[in-house]
Amino acid sequence: MSTPAPGRDPLELELLSDTALLPGVRKTLRDWSVTHGWTPEQAGEIALAVDEALSNVIRHGYGYDRTQRIVLSVRSICDSVQGEGLEIRIRDFGKQVDPLLICGRDLADVRPGGLGVHIIRAMMSSVEYACAEGGGMLLVMRKFKLHRITQPGTHGP
Amino acid sequence: MNQSASRLTIRSQYDADGPVVTLAGEVDLRSSPQLREALLEILEQRPARLVIDLSGVEYMDSSGVGTMVEVKRRVERDGGRIILAGLQPRVRSVFEITQLDRFFEIRRDVDEATER
Repeated sequence: MSTPAPGRDPLELELLSDTALLPGVRKTLRDWSVTHGWTPEQAGEIALAVDEALSNVIRHGYGYDRTQRIVLSVRSICDSVQGEGLEIRIRDFGKQVDPLLICGRDLADVRPGGLGVHIIRAMMSSVEYACAEGGGMLLVMRKFKLHRITQPGTHGP
Repeated sequence: MNQSASRLTIRSQYDADGPVVTLAGEVDLRSSPQLREALLEILEQRPARLVIDLSGVEYMDSSGVGTMVEVKRRVERDGGRIILAGLQPRVRSVFEITQLDRFFEIRRDVDEATER
């Protein structure tokens, strides 16, 4: 069971679904993560996972429409077993997809596309997609400081 | 959140065996279409060997890696060869996670990539 870590500032961003915003989001996440005790390497992993998730929303949820809304929040958490970590929530209001179908392509089938989900799962300790009430998707990702990047096929659900 | 201009620069030069394309900056969903367009233009000359110098690339996401896969397919379709050089650890890690480090010919730097 993860609980919010006391005394830490959550990060909340409301964004448009515009790829031009991605570099700024990555920088904001890296800065926030380092400020909250993550190493620069881990901060880069967090920024990459969020970038991939936002890219998926822009591409698949909104079909590259730059005017749609995405809500991103990050908060520190503490788990009795896994220790300190963070939880990232990404809420969009676009197309809904069966969460069971979000699995990325078979890596042995080499072709462009379908790689973002593998990257997200490797960077994060847990990844959960859900259809949000009222439309769109909610992605909840958690990463603990003890997490090490996993190779494909070894990550959890 | 401020918008930013493209953070990717693309330069190309030629040696006797073909083009060496040098990238610098960040490759993401915003900049990868620009990269794809530039590389496909170079491929119109059907080079026997294409070297892509990634030593100046600080960040690459799956859209950039996907662009590399497409370019490799096209180079090989025309009987050519593509070599990636100078990957920074963070970029190399993306290739490893997606198991594409096994698919690409990767060299330490441009000198090693252009060695005969």
